[in-house]
Amino acid sequence: MLDIFSIPLPALFGQLLLGLINGAFYAMLSLGLAVIFGMLNVINFTHGAQYMLGAFAAWLLLTNLSIPFWASLVLAPLIVGLFGVLIERLLLKRIYHLDHLYGFLLTFGLSLVIEGLFQWKWGSSGAPYPSPIAGGYNLGFMFLPAYRGFVVLAALVVCLATWYGIERTRLGAYLRAATENPTLVQAFGINVPRLITLTYGLGVGLAALAGVLAAPIQQVSALMGTNLVLVVFAVVVIGGMGSIMGSIVTGFGLGLIEGFTKVVYPPASNTVIFVVMAIVLLVKPAGLFGQTK
Amino acid sequence: MTSQRTLIAALLIVLALVAPLVAYPVFLMTALCFALFACAFNLLLGYAGLMSFGHAMFFGMGGYFFGYVVKTMGLAPEIGLLAGVGGAALLGLVTGALAIRRQGIYFAMITLAFAQMVYFICVQAPFTGGEDGLQGIPRRALLGGLLPIDSDRTLYYVVLVLFLFGFGLIYRVIHSPFGQVLKAIRDNEQRAVSLGYEADRYKLLAFVLSASLAGLAGSMKALVLQFATLTDVSAGVSGEVVLMALVGGLGTIFGPVIGAFIIVAMQNYLAFTGEFVLVIQGAIFVVIVMAFRKGLLGEFSDWWKRRRAG
Repeated sequence: MLDIFSIPLPALFGQLLLGLINGAFYAMLSLGLAVIFGMLNVINFTHGAQYMLGAFAAWLLLTNLSIPFWASLVLAPLIVGLFGVLIERLLLKRIYHLDHLYGFLLTFGLSLVIEGLFQWKWGSSGAPYPSPIAGGYNLGFMFLPAYRGFVVLAALVVCLATWYGIERTRLGAYLRAATENPTLVQAFGINVPRLITLTYGLGVGLAALAGVLAAPIQQVSALMGTNLVLVVFAVVVIGGMGSIMGSIVTGFGLGLIEGFTKVVYPPASNTVIFVVMAIVLLVKPAGLFGQTK
Repeated sequence: MTSQRTLIAALLIVLALVAPLVAYPVFLMTALCFALFACAFNLLLGYAGLMSFGHAMFFGMGGYFFGYVVKTMGLAPEIGLLAGVGGAALLGLVTGALAIRRQGIYFAMITLAFAQMVYFICVQAPFTGGEDGLQGIPRRALLGGLLPIDSDRTLYYVVLVLFLFGFGLIYRVIHSPFGQVLKAIRDNEQRAVSLGYEADRYKLLAFVLSASLAGLAGSMKALVLQFATLTDVSAGVSGEVVLMALVGGLGTIFGPVIGAFIIVAMQNYLAFTGEFVLVIQGAIFVVIVMAFRKGLLGEFSDWWKRRRAG
């Protein structure tokens, strides 16, 4: 453990920042996954593909219509969210009465189709997306690229806004009530099917937004969400899907742990989240923030 | 009914015996390996109700263990097969013990996550050969040198025997008292527990059994194709085996075999389309979940029953 102290501070903080950025994506994705699961009882495997679609939408808007990043930040999640609404109306709606397994398989199949089509059309090597904010700040102990700082802040704001929307507003109250007891809420005159569609669109939009934010940092490629969604599953198992705040905290926390591992013992950085998952399963099988059902 | 079944079984065995005379033996062997893999997966999902989305870790690691023992250590293929089965069983014991602590869809996510972890380990670990994998695994003669397997046709019969062994084992397990308890747990876990069955033990044993057979299938594939690669431990293969079982019919004994042959054939004939194979696979997933949840064999037997009744 003494090794940590021989690591130059800029390297340590640099990795922690990267970890924080990854954590921001984990948080946004696991948040959407949790909200969707709560309402639809479907684990949305397409989440990684929808994250990729967000990045691609931004890239296509920029290269074809010269629409800048800031407009894409709103437009891309809307487009992908609408696409999600279409999926929900056409496919998911018909399988709610079945075992969870089928939703998982259906969305897995959809992700294969979407990612396969994009890979077929644009190949698997990535396309660069120019960073919308140039430059950075020298903080003394490290150099902070301005855009990366913005990503962390933006993700934090989006996560907290989602939390606020679900836990503190009237629509959020309907949503939570419908998660608990859809029949009763329907009887009170609230259009539950529409609420479900809206929820799916919202979750998908969040994934797409994460994708837009990721575009300038990573390459825009057909497979950028493939591995990510698997890690996010582990994040969801660790946090448990019971609480919105839990998803946010777990996402950022695991990103930091991953970044820290990159400094201390790089070969384990890919696997550390899965190791954490194994430990959590041993100690608290329901997840850190989950209730045992 | 019984005599009809015996007849079908006899026909299938004759078909399996003459198949290499008409079809390309390497294709048949690959399909048989995947068929065993799919049957092992189906034992878990179809009969114990446990959806593992990480079965590639056992299949792929089976191949690596086989390759390491036969190529790097220079031992006999039989020992390689044992190592593949044993290694996969051990891996199944560790991951299974953790995964059965959660139920339903979480179980699927946990197995998927562990498989991804195994994948990352395989990318970095020295004994797997990283991106290159283990190539040129020698086909040494079996039975202490008595049975050379250089010819694809000879090897086909060896693979067929191994497949029949695995398939027979699964058949026996399903029709044993143990299999009945598994089905009881699948249908109503609380009830089975209240009757005094330790559900977790049964689930874990089924998981280890399924993992071992998947390991056997993976070792067989390495024996046939003489290489073990990262692809076989990847999430893609975990998805493929689900698709095979689903296409053929979950919870039917022979369905996964049919599914495996269809998917392997499809991959062979559509290989020229590149990434488009994935699109087609995904589309099949969607169509089956939306319209044919019982799979080919399940739908067929329903139709057959209706026809007889009407």
